Amino acid sequence: MIHVKFFASVRERIGMGEISLPMPEGGATVADVLALAEGEAGVVLQGAHLLAAVNLRHVPFSDVVRDGDEVAFFPPVTGG
Amino acid sequence: MLVKVQQEDFDPMAEMAAFPADAIAGAGGSVTFIGTVRDYSEATDILAMEIEHYPGMTERELELISAEAARRYDILDSLVVHRYGRLAPQDNIVMVAVWSRHRAAAFDACRFLIDVLKTSAPFWKKEITPEGVRWVTDCPGCRAGSREGHTHAPLVSHSHTLLK
Repeated sequence: MIHVKFFASVRERIGMGEISLPMPEGGATVADVLALAEGEAGVVLQGAHLLAAVNLRHVPFSDVVRDGDEVAFFPPVTGG
Repeated sequence: MLVKVQQEDFDPMAEMAAFPADAIAGAGGSVTFIGTVRDYSEATDILAMEIEHYPGMTERELELISAEAARRYDILDSLVVHRYGRLAPQDNIVMVAVWSRHRAAAFDACRFLIDVLKTSAPFWKKEITPEGVRWVTDCPGCRAGSREGHTHAPLVSHSHTLLK
């Protein structure tokens, strides 16, 4: 399984905080995981400014995801 | 290095006084930055601020940034405290304290820590205003509508990919 989390405005747009998805056969990138989550939610985040993290690290969307990974999507950060 | 992510308020002087003395033995000084909630935004008053974060990643990022500051600058140690949850104008949001033998390194490292924190630590601010609520979008590239991959801080050379 892949554990997917959403934060802040991205969570509100997709309408859920987290979802677990079966690991696709043949592998998946971060971008693939987002597409799968969008399909589950029936929401497309097209055009949204998104950042991604895998296992608590910032990653590009082209990174490959492994079974058991935690993948998170969120808008640009605004702390401090 | 010490990193704290918490809902409750903090007293900057008490936090510094409580810092492990052996870690900063030999310090010639310290530099502290304290960030507070502004009572105005671009075009409106702010009644309150809600700060969301990504538990686990937040601490990890702050530790990563602190380690990088220690690598880059000749400092003895550093402290970062960042709050989340609902805050009122003038409330403390964040503090960064750096101890060093000589002042220049402490100033530089403190500036580095707060600047990089703002672009890599997963916190998000939502403003509560008389007109309603809005997420803060501080990224200059985002404001300009850039989607081709503007780069953020030195430590986070990610780009905002347009996905479709």
